[in-house]
Amino acid sequence: MDVASDIRTETVTLNMGPQHPSTHGVLRVILEMEGEVITKATPVLGYLHRGIEKMAEYKTYQQIVTLTDRLDYTSPFINNLAYVLPVEKLLGIEIPLRAQYIRVLMAEITRIQSHLIWLGTHALDLGAMSPLLYCFREREETLDIFEMVGGARMNQSYIRVGGLAGDLPEGFLEKVRDVSEILPSRVEGYETLLTKNKIWLSRTKGVGIISAEDGIDLGLSGPSLRGSGVKWDLRKANPYSSYDHFDFEIPTGENGDTYDRYLVRMEEMRQSNRIIKQVLDKLPSGEVNVCNPKVVPPPKEKVLTNIESLIIHFHIMSEGFDVPQGEAYCSVESSKGELGFYIVSDGSNKPYRIKIRTPSFINLQSLSTMAEGRMMSDMVAVIGSIDICLGEVDR
Amino acid sequence: MAKTGELVENIKDKFPNAVEEVISFRDEYTIRVKREHLLEVVQFLKEDPEYGFNFLSDLCGVEYPQGEHHFEVVYHLYSIEHTHRLRMKVSLLASDLTIPSVSSVWKTANWHERECYDMLGINFSDHPDLRRILTPEGFKDYPLRKDFPLRGR
Repeated sequence: MDVASDIRTETVTLNMGPQHPSTHGVLRVILEMEGEVITKATPVLGYLHRGIEKMAEYKTYQQIVTLTDRLDYTSPFINNLAYVLPVEKLLGIEIPLRAQYIRVLMAEITRIQSHLIWLGTHALDLGAMSPLLYCFREREETLDIFEMVGGARMNQSYIRVGGLAGDLPEGFLEKVRDVSEILPSRVEGYETLLTKNKIWLSRTKGVGIISAEDGIDLGLSGPSLRGSGVKWDLRKANPYSSYDHFDFEIPTGENGDTYDRYLVRMEEMRQSNRIIKQVLDKLPSGEVNVCNPKVVPPPKEKVLTNIESLIIHFHIMSEGFDVPQGEAYCSVESSKGELGFYIVSDGSNKPYRIKIRTPSFINLQSLSTMAEGRMMSDMVAVIGSIDICLGEVDR
Repeated sequence: MAKTGELVENIKDKFPNAVEEVISFRDEYTIRVKREHLLEVVQFLKEDPEYGFNFLSDLCGVEYPQGEHHFEVVYHLYSIEHTHRLRMKVSLLASDLTIPSVSSVWKTANWHERECYDMLGINFSDHPDLRRILTPEGFKDYPLRKDFPLRGR
């Protein structure tokens, strides 16, 4: 009997997720497999869709800040910043330099924190457990910093329209300096575990390749696109919040594979730390909120002792403020890519329409291009290397 | 910025029939394009080296139930080389919510347009795979329309 003619081969459809630990949340991918090889990968989204854009139409401008924390919950300060920029543009207000610098400081600590979570989980997905433990050790330090300004480890809503929720607390700058001193050696430490590790190299090198042209065409942005050699970073290309006052490099890769995206993010942590040090050296004194009593409520001490201040505070907190009719789009370089807010105002105290351009959602579109033709086990590496956050994908 | 303004005005000269108006507000430029000419305008904006809008940042729909035009589809174009932005709008009447897909120009438009269809019910003709993307299977409504209640139906 001819054995070979007896063996049936057929395409198998495999369902990965939404409950799968290495999809980093509730991502579902339908895989069509030819043996071990993926021929087609179709992402299925929406398991975490909360209708943030709809909810925002029913909240005042200041209340929406709390919704933005819940987009990419690993980088709340960057989300806050991205949201307040177009609102401030519509209001036509200029934020004091001290507040702008503090915003940069918080955004960069957030970027490091987000990259630490990415590195820990990405390495864990590929079978290296120790980086996770080390990354979360440093993440704990950054969360302590967040707790000092926002009172919580997550969802701090510290950056507000018109400035900040309050000035930095005592001992804050010393704490940040301590962390920024140890960070480079810690990043060095992670690299000794992975960068030349033979298993790491074979799991990431040449895996999930995407060319620069394909990446741009698919709307890929952030470190994932820079891994393919595109030197484009919104902090440099279209500086916002005084990013042009600081020196830093834009790391890029060459091959556009998982390994290069890993290297880019590792270097970004060092560059972010560079910015943090410069902010600490240059931080000017002064107000942290714009002088505009229609937008920014009076300081808490005054609210508790002065009846007019109490009334103004009550009015701003309950009614909010009117934003001139018009529309604005502003985007920032988040830890994952271009995070943009398009706000349409009809002149009232609530936005008429908000569209959030989240990097994770758009970057995920490249998943099929990166994974098709590769082995099943590479899928896990590719998902990790795009660094998605499902809170941001589904909104 | 002045240079971008000049470039935007030139689009109007280049396509006098297609560009209905040019708006400048808070240093952002918006052009309103007629639906019939959408594809030729975006093709030009992407390929002309002076404009070089190779990156589609965002695409979304906005509903104006009281307005002359019921819906607007808003495109945010970006050029990685020149680092400039342009907002482009196409107006649609409630009686005919079909607009040509730009996914043949920028592949990234695929998911943007699916989301816009899912949320507002705008049809993109010649779209490779126009399915709902965020709402659950079997969902019938368009949640971002103004007549859809906040707490759902």
